[in-house]
Amino acid sequence: MSTMLEVSGLTHQYGQGERAHVAVRDLTFTIESGQLACIVGPSGCGKSTLLRCISGLIPATGGSVRLHGDEVSGVPDDLAVVFQDYSRSLFPWLTVAKNVEFPLRWQKVPKADRKRRAEEVLESVGLSGVGKKYPWQLSGGMQQRVSIARALVSRPALLLMDEPFASVDAQTRGELEDLTRRVQRELGSTILLVTHDIDESVYLADRVLVLSKSPAAIVADLDIALPADRDQITTRESEQFVSLRSEVARLLQSPQVQRTGEADTTDAAHAAGESGDAAGARTDAGSGAGSDRFTETHGTAESSDETATARS
Amino acid sequence: MRTFAKGLTGLLGFFLLWEIAVQAGVLPDYWVPPASEVATTFVTLLGQQEFLLAVIATLLAWLISLGVAIAVGVPAGLLLGSVPAVQSASRALIEFLRPIPAVALVPLVMVTIGSGPDAKITLAVYAAMWPILFNTIYAFGEIDPVLLDSARAAGANRRQSLTWVALPHAAPFIFTGVRVAASIALIAVISVEYIAASEIGLGRYILEGGMNNGHLDQVMAGTVLAGLAGWAINSALVGGGRKLFRWADTEERATR
Repeated sequence: MSTMLEVSGLTHQYGQGERAHVAVRDLTFTIESGQLACIVGPSGCGKSTLLRCISGLIPATGGSVRLHGDEVSGVPDDLAVVFQDYSRSLFPWLTVAKNVEFPLRWQKVPKADRKRRAEEVLESVGLSGVGKKYPWQLSGGMQQRVSIARALVSRPALLLMDEPFASVDAQTRGELEDLTRRVQRELGSTILLVTHDIDESVYLADRVLVLSKSPAAIVADLDIALPADRDQITTRESEQFVSLRSEVARLLQSPQVQRTGEADTTDAAHAAGESGDAAGARTDAGSGAGSDRFTETHGTAESSDETATARS
Repeated sequence: MRTFAKGLTGLLGFFLLWEIAVQAGVLPDYWVPPASEVATTFVTLLGQQEFLLAVIATLLAWLISLGVAIAVGVPAGLLLGSVPAVQSASRALIEFLRPIPAVALVPLVMVTIGSGPDAKITLAVYAAMWPILFNTIYAFGEIDPVLLDSARAAGANRRQSLTWVALPHAAPFIFTGVRVAASIALIAVISVEYIAASEIGLGRYILEGGMNNGHLDQVMAGTVLAGLAGWAINSALVGGGRKLFRWADTEERATR
């Protein structure tokens, strides 16, 4: 297995001098080809900054990013990004098909080829026949499928996903998670996905990197040895899943993760609340593993019971 | 088409009210001729070459003015909207020039350019450029960074992002500016024709009608035509905009 992504000593700070804010500090990790890796960390820990640096959208202020050995400066040709907010990232004046073809426009792909490839990739994300519609005529889940199709159409070596399922409902989220795993295996692509949802990271990934609060640093690197075929119900209720999930949750609550938080207890509670909320949402989705998981993860959910109930 | 029908009903209602007000003596008929009389004059005038030439001269000047205002306003707005340094340097100048009404510049223009068609076009361009300029600046300043990131992440370079993402994104805002500018240009052209006593044009025609005492029906007919032209132009642009930019609802923002 070759190395797809090599991040070494990555640092990014916004601003200069006293007002400088270090979002990412001295981050080092590698992602192997064909891996689906998830980065999980509390909200506002610099995950998005990290992803923007890796994608070359912003130049990092320190360290280096290498994609299959080549130093990243500017967006590499064989890298694609799926953003959280599909309604802001799809082009409303273009049809679904034209949106999906967009990356091919700059690669001198003949028109007929572009059309065919867009159709193929739309079919693989379960959207055949909607090419002539406009994104805003589709549901949120379908729009995010279009974003995924657009990212996959150029067959990128590395696909980055920034909280890709945070804006859709729980049911759709499960479908999109399964879709992501399926296309990743079909195309053999390498995916790096960023999320704040513990369950999602464990369910999706072959490997989970746990990030600390801002400035982001890696506190754990876990292999997820769940079977390759995963199921929204049975996988989530399996003992292995539950214990992995708890491990990630504990790591996120550990002082190590909280260490850099500016002695801010509300922030810590917020981070815990978020994970608890995610657990609550899962139960609502009817995954059937709710009670089990709640006992296991009581430690995490405790401080956020209110949030979880209030939202459900 | 339904909005068009509703608009037409409103207009007809207004004319009916006007007719009743004059016939009932609420408005003295030596000041305001009744709508029916104006309508008769209007129809007669439509058969008169002199009147038609005046209308054509006005509409032609309007069309040229709007074209020039677009040709100047859009590139200038693009520059100002995308280069912050230029924008801050020119802000004071723009805010100084903008509130000056076009008609206040008539004497200056008459001295420098005269009172021919180029004078009214110059002033109409001046008046109509602002909404186009401001909407263009706004449209490029407001562009969602996620949209541009998406384009860049999909491999488009800066120039390609500008042409294929920023420009289409800005188009409906610019179009709204053009629609507002269209009415302003028409007002400016007719006002200047009237004030600067142009040789030919609808404004000149209204001026003549007013000076030859007792031709108030002609004055009103000319005024009604100006109103109808403005209404038709605006309706056409609103309809066209809806067709072109179904994906954006800037119309609501513009009329707010």
